[in-house]
Amino acid sequence: MAKLPRNFEETLDGTIVWDLPFPVVLDAQGLAALKKMRPLRVRYPYKIEYLHSYGQDSPFFAGLTNKVHLGSRDAGTGYTYATPRGHDMYSGQETDWVVMPGKGKVHAFTVCYFGSEAFLKETPFVLALIEFEGVDTLFLARLMGVDPAEASLDWIGMTVQARYRRNSKLAPTDIYFLPAGGDDKA
Amino acid sequence: MRKVYAVSGGVSKFTKARPDKTFQGVVKEAYDYAIADLGLEFRRFNEMVDGSVASYFSDHFARQLMAGIMVQDYLGLCPKPGHRVEGGGATGGICFQEAWKAVASGYMDICVAYGFESMSHVETWKGNEFIALASDVSFDYPVGGFYSGYYAMMVTRHMKEFGTTVEQLACVSVKNHLNAYYNPYAQKRHRFTIADVRKSPMVAWPLTRLDICVMSDGAAAVILASEEGLAKLEKATGRSYKKVIVTGIGRGTDAMRMADRPHQSFDDFMKHNALPHERDSEATVAYYRNLWKHGFRYPGVHSFRAGRMGSLQAYKHAGVYNPLEEIDFIELHDAYTSSEIQTYEDMGLCRYGEGGPFAASGKAFMPGIDYGLALHDKPVCPVNPSGGLIACGHPVGATGLMQGVFAIWQLQQTIHKHFGDPTLQVQNARRGVIHSHAGTGTYVTVSILEAEE
Repeated sequence: MAKLPRNFEETLDGTIVWDLPFPVVLDAQGLAALKKMRPLRVRYPYKIEYLHSYGQDSPFFAGLTNKVHLGSRDAGTGYTYATPRGHDMYSGQETDWVVMPGKGKVHAFTVCYFGSEAFLKETPFVLALIEFEGVDTLFLARLMGVDPAEASLDWIGMTVQARYRRNSKLAPTDIYFLPAGGDDKA
Repeated sequence: MRKVYAVSGGVSKFTKARPDKTFQGVVKEAYDYAIADLGLEFRRFNEMVDGSVASYFSDHFARQLMAGIMVQDYLGLCPKPGHRVEGGGATGGICFQEAWKAVASGYMDICVAYGFESMSHVETWKGNEFIALASDVSFDYPVGGFYSGYYAMMVTRHMKEFGTTVEQLACVSVKNHLNAYYNPYAQKRHRFTIADVRKSPMVAWPLTRLDICVMSDGAAAVILASEEGLAKLEKATGRSYKKVIVTGIGRGTDAMRMADRPHQSFDDFMKHNALPHERDSEATVAYYRNLWKHGFRYPGVHSFRAGRMGSLQAYKHAGVYNPLEEIDFIELHDAYTSSEIQTYEDMGLCRYGEGGPFAASGKAFMPGIDYGLALHDKPVCPVNPSGGLIACGHPVGATGLMQGVFAIWQLQQTIHKHFGDPTLQVQNARRGVIHSHAGTGTYVTVSILEAEE
């Protein structure tokens, strides 16, 4: 029988501490002093890679890659969603895919000067909810071509035009909007 | 359903970070306070309590699954029944209502609702990311996931639709920060001016840092009991408690994606969403008809339909007809100054569209405090006398329960005892409301508590 390891391997990765202050004598006084010890804090990196499926929403992302904004519609009522969903919230029926108009209007917006870690480097950026003629719900997107420092309620109602990233990332940011009438020909 | 009493509560001091204790230890501070306020020893209360409901929002912040059972264990409540609830920012309010259900249904005579959040375990931008993961990760989060941004979009629509101003938003910040000045449990206790709020760093236009609550570490616990449970507690201590009864429970929901919120017609609104006192007022019906003529649709992104539906249910349950006249104070979910204004409307303190002027009117302020503002109306129904989320902090799983604790103390008339200062005691408070709200209005709970005569 092979000799089994008797020591847990010593390594130099992760948190390593030597000579942490501690009572020399663990008598009653020494043990009581431990209650006054300052908290120990350690760094704990944590990384996850998800294998995320877009499921029934996949055609929307395939559409963006092909410069098409797909929404969905209830065949019975005509209720139309600018952000697609597989089933209608009123009839419960499976929806059909429909092509959204390329032009819409800003319904609401903000300029983000702070944010989640993933988007900090992009600040300040403009988020907008876009409304479309004949469509019952809105669409969340980035609004480009406006000066974040000049934010104004006048932006609400502004006509905007969809534009698509050349290099699709299979993300909802493959589509974004620009004020209509600019240099966009997408 | 049986009568349910809110008999006691405790709150840890809300603060930026509590590295001195693990989450179990912070919850125990609140739990021990609630037990001590009953006049019971820990061991005796743990013999009497039938079970628990645990509240915390994010497994990401905790970096610990099953944190609820770890608290249950630490509090010595095993092997009694318990479960964890989660509903975003409304987690604490849902927890309160689940504990209410446990008692009202006869499942338990004494139930403790406890909650916590440890948000200091990550940097603020990572915390924002964790919170933003409570938005659709296929369609919303990747566009620039940031909850302050989502609420800012709602307020730009509110401003455009109704003429609400940033100065009106700032009035909420001034009020809540100064209320908190007298609340030792609050994280931010300051006297600010409207100019201070507007000069504060811009976070998501037009919301500045002082329009937005902060991340916190903290815990809260509320003890609920049936009549039988209350009798057991009083027998055990030989004391007669000031009785606070939960008289109304309501909860509403709405679409996760703001973009999917409906744009209802006037008729649908009047049929499904209008409050009875609104339907009965010819002037209000005419006001709303006029709004719709000018393009208003409900709820859109400017209003929280879930908050309205929770209010409708709770008011019906408690027999409230005109909330502004019949409620003595409200602790509501003001994660943003704008959401406090939107919630005034959802709860029927004013009509939809009138939240801005209402915020600046003085009606929601505390009497006896000089806010340094020109308020043209006297206080009618103080909102967030504790300082709310904006000033107390928002350790998510604890927040809705913190509101419950402060409401109990208001109705027991014991604010002076617990705060060491009588300033925030709402005089002759008989009926208070707590309101808890999850991301962009997806879940909203409204619970009504009353002092029993």
